[in-house]
Amino acid sequence: MKTSIKKINLRDVFLTTKPLGDSALLVELGNEIDPIINQCVHTLNALLQNTNGILETVPAYCTLLIHYDSLKFSFHQIKILVEEKMNQLNKMNQETRHRHEVKVRYGNESNSDIEIVASSKNISIDDVIRIHSEKEYRIYMMGFTPGFPYMGILDERLHMPRLQTPRTLVKAGSVAIAGSQTGIYPLDSPGGWHIIGWTPLKLFDPTSDTPFLFSPGDVVKFIPEE
Amino acid sequence: MLKVIDSSGLISFQDLGRKGFQSFGVPVSGAMDWFAYQVANELVGNSKNVATLEIGLGKITLHALRDTTLTVTGAGFEIQNYVWTFPLWTSFYVRAGWHVQIKKTSGGNWAYLAIAGGFDVPQVLGSSSSYLRGGIGSAIQVGDILQSGKPSTELTKLAARDFPVQKYMTYSQTPTIDVIAGPQRERFDNTFFENEYILSKSFDRMGYRLEGKEIESNDKSELISEGMTMGSIQITNQGQPIVMMADSPTTGGYPKIANVIRADLPLLAQCEAGNSKIRFQEVSVEEAQEKYRVMMKGIENGK
Repeated sequence: MKTSIKKINLRDVFLTTKPLGDSALLVELGNEIDPIINQCVHTLNALLQNTNGILETVPAYCTLLIHYDSLKFSFHQIKILVEEKMNQLNKMNQETRHRHEVKVRYGNESNSDIEIVASSKNISIDDVIRIHSEKEYRIYMMGFTPGFPYMGILDERLHMPRLQTPRTLVKAGSVAIAGSQTGIYPLDSPGGWHIIGWTPLKLFDPTSDTPFLFSPGDVVKFIPEE
Repeated sequence: MLKVIDSSGLISFQDLGRKGFQSFGVPVSGAMDWFAYQVANELVGNSKNVATLEIGLGKITLHALRDTTLTVTGAGFEIQNYVWTFPLWTSFYVRAGWHVQIKKTSGGNWAYLAIAGGFDVPQVLGSSSSYLRGGIGSAIQVGDILQSGKPSTELTKLAARDFPVQKYMTYSQTPTIDVIAGPQRERFDNTFFENEYILSKSFDRMGYRLEGKEIESNDKSELISEGMTMGSIQITNQGQPIVMMADSPTTGGYPKIANVIRADLPLLAQCEAGNSKIRFQEVSVEEAQEKYRVMMKGIENGK
């Protein structure tokens, strides 16, 4: 299923380019977690794919990291190339995004923090579930571990700080929240976010032909499981 | 074909790394010392991206099941075959039945064992590099049989070749490491560049934590996570630097004061915990790229 979102307003976006070491260039398109800025990041990213000299890109919330072949191109050449592509941003105003439905078993699992979230926010567990699952989330970026989606923007009523002491083991499939973000742990790993649910979906399978369930820029809707 | 008789430390197969999946959060991995890794393959006539065995902070004893040609590169290791000692950065012929032991001594952390024909390791996402935290690859175990491919030419022709490593790299425990100013350089004064830092005991393939004079920040605003690379130097909230290494996460949220240049990453990788004293100096992107170009040419020409 695909959806499209609104047109990019270039006036909302600024651009700086900085070196990150001797073979990468960091493009900064803003300094906040914002769907429009992030859409620009992903659109610029799309425009730069299969470009001679560009080896790999890493889109994040409001930045795009570009790894380039320094044996063939100088920093300056890549910088100019990026700025040229930036001028084409407004031509690509329709972004198509994949939408995923993720069934979640909220609470009740061992290790769940859903009661802590509810009591510290003065709402019921049912409210936590309803608020978390009523919205569609954008995957702003992936990072931390293979396949981990950073999603937002979470309703303000659910904003929680990170745990004082991160857990040494968070089970794969754990659905968690931190600040204005929500995410799903693809692997058993350490983690510092509040866990509110669990999904059996496998987000990362290195041996599969399709190793990643999600891509950055996709849309996720959580469906509470009875 | 080699059989593992005993092993300790951090031992895994590594190649040039896993490229093309960083946007999905997959670390690049690959050799901690890319220079030693590439020269090892060159010495035994392998193509550039063939898996070698990275031996970190420990030792391994191997039993040759067939005649073969091997080489070990890196720093701080010795190679023993019964009573003989082979030098690093030289290829040597090994007869079926021989035992070869590669063991850490001092002056480095990582060694690369390359075999003529290359180790035959299945690829995951286009690379043979192990990334154990992410469930990619597996740890080397006693009893494992390490298979290898077909050598590019006769084994004897691949033996007794050497490489003038000192022409390109002076491994040292008191190095001055070249860096390029990072995207958040302006948040910090010159403390980092004017003081010595020691590699702490808390280090692994993911990152090297440094200890030294606290680096104060004039801008405490939280950074929104952004991409980073091997060599990125993040400053924690406690004012201590962490240099991201081969298994670095693809993104991070601490400000980056600088990035170690590729040409000098091997120097840092081989710094030992506790006793190495490291200084950092800023260079330009162009200088760094030229230094890298010279090294790549040296490897290509084998001299």
